[in-house]
Amino acid sequence: MSEHDHHHHDHDHSELSETELRVRALESILTEKGYVEAAALDAIVQAYETKIGPHNGARVVAKAWTDPAFKKALLEDASKAVGTLGHVSRVGDHLVAIENTPGRHNMVVCTLCSCYPWEMLGLPPVWYKASPYRSRAVKDPRGVLADFGVSLPKETEIRVWDSTAETRFLVLPMRPAGTEGWSEEQLVDLVTRDSMIGTGFPKTPGAPS
Amino acid sequence: MNGVHDMGGMDGFGKVEPEPNEPMFHQEWESRVLAMVRAMGAAGAFSIDASRFYRETLPPQVYLSSSYYRKWLLGLEALLLDKGYISKDDVAAGHAVAPAKSLKHGKFSIADVERIMVRGKFGRAAPAAAKFKAGDRVRAKNIHPATHTRLPRYVRGHVGVVERDHGCHVFPDTAANDAGEHPQWLYTVVFDGRELWGPDSDPTIKVSIDAFEPYLEAI
Repeated sequence: MSEHDHHHHDHDHSELSETELRVRALESILTEKGYVEAAALDAIVQAYETKIGPHNGARVVAKAWTDPAFKKALLEDASKAVGTLGHVSRVGDHLVAIENTPGRHNMVVCTLCSCYPWEMLGLPPVWYKASPYRSRAVKDPRGVLADFGVSLPKETEIRVWDSTAETRFLVLPMRPAGTEGWSEEQLVDLVTRDSMIGTGFPKTPGAPS
Repeated sequence: MNGVHDMGGMDGFGKVEPEPNEPMFHQEWESRVLAMVRAMGAAGAFSIDASRFYRETLPPQVYLSSSYYRKWLLGLEALLLDKGYISKDDVAAGHAVAPAKSLKHGKFSIADVERIMVRGKFGRAAPAAAKFKAGDRVRAKNIHPATHTRLPRYVRGHVGVVERDHGCHVFPDTAANDAGEHPQWLYTVVFDGRELWGPDSDPTIKVSIDAFEPYLEAI
């Protein structure tokens, strides 16, 4: 503990919380025992902060929108299809892509914990891991979609995928209207993280980002 | 186990609140917890199933009132204590005072980081032929194991249709308890919303889970 601990009480976060102290202590124990290299922990954090994220999924979706052969391969075996893309090929064995159609909207949840396709979408947002989403998505998906400002025609089937094993799901949203002739590069910018979870749609051309 | 973590279909948790431009970590310590869990798992201290099980066994009031990464921290501490990788004396001192225990895969070093950025492989050779095929109607068994399971409560006793066969995968129910991988066939099983939630349910809802063969019975 430093001398700062004795005189800063002005909520400037200079005091460590009980959680922060426990985390620091545990990290000291694990490194001192020789279980982990401290620099390796730094490298893990850095890798998550820089290498993974929804940009990976967006590239896959944009390619599927422009390349029918790739789309077919993606829906048949997403791990294999993504493995052919140099820039996003580092994906696990059990990725499944599911296609939204005019008649069916797909939405992914993990009611038991927080399973999520990290390599494609990065670390999940807090709402995905929190009780409201986990509890309601399987029972009241339209209500959950309304929380996101999303509404679907009342006859559209909503298929909720509860991720209860090591299979990871990527929603392939419908290509926005008005993008005829757009290149894969242009389309990437329209693909949102939420559209690949099923709690949102891709951006539409010309809409503010 | 029928823990508070098994949340599907529970009411009363309120609205989903998306956060615009959410940062990857809200506090720096969250990233350290994530990194420690990933590193110790990769070093062979525990499987992904065991780490889930330890979070599930947190007391319900702790589980519900802790942030996501706080749950990860508490689960990690409990797991490492239980398996003898750290001791109460270490934790009390905030430093290593007891001797280290050897790890299955050895020290986690910087050279291992790239490897863990790709998800592990959970597919295994099939010990027997699959019992079910796409199109089969099956009932999720009415079972309530006291230990770890990936069969959510809301489907138990309900009838669904097998849609996909994912091959044989590590069985979490045994892997979580150091009782071996015991690979089992894994299927996507689809349930109609009204089957799960009754006649008042929105008729356009379908819900699927990924169910291991021991969770299912033929009808």
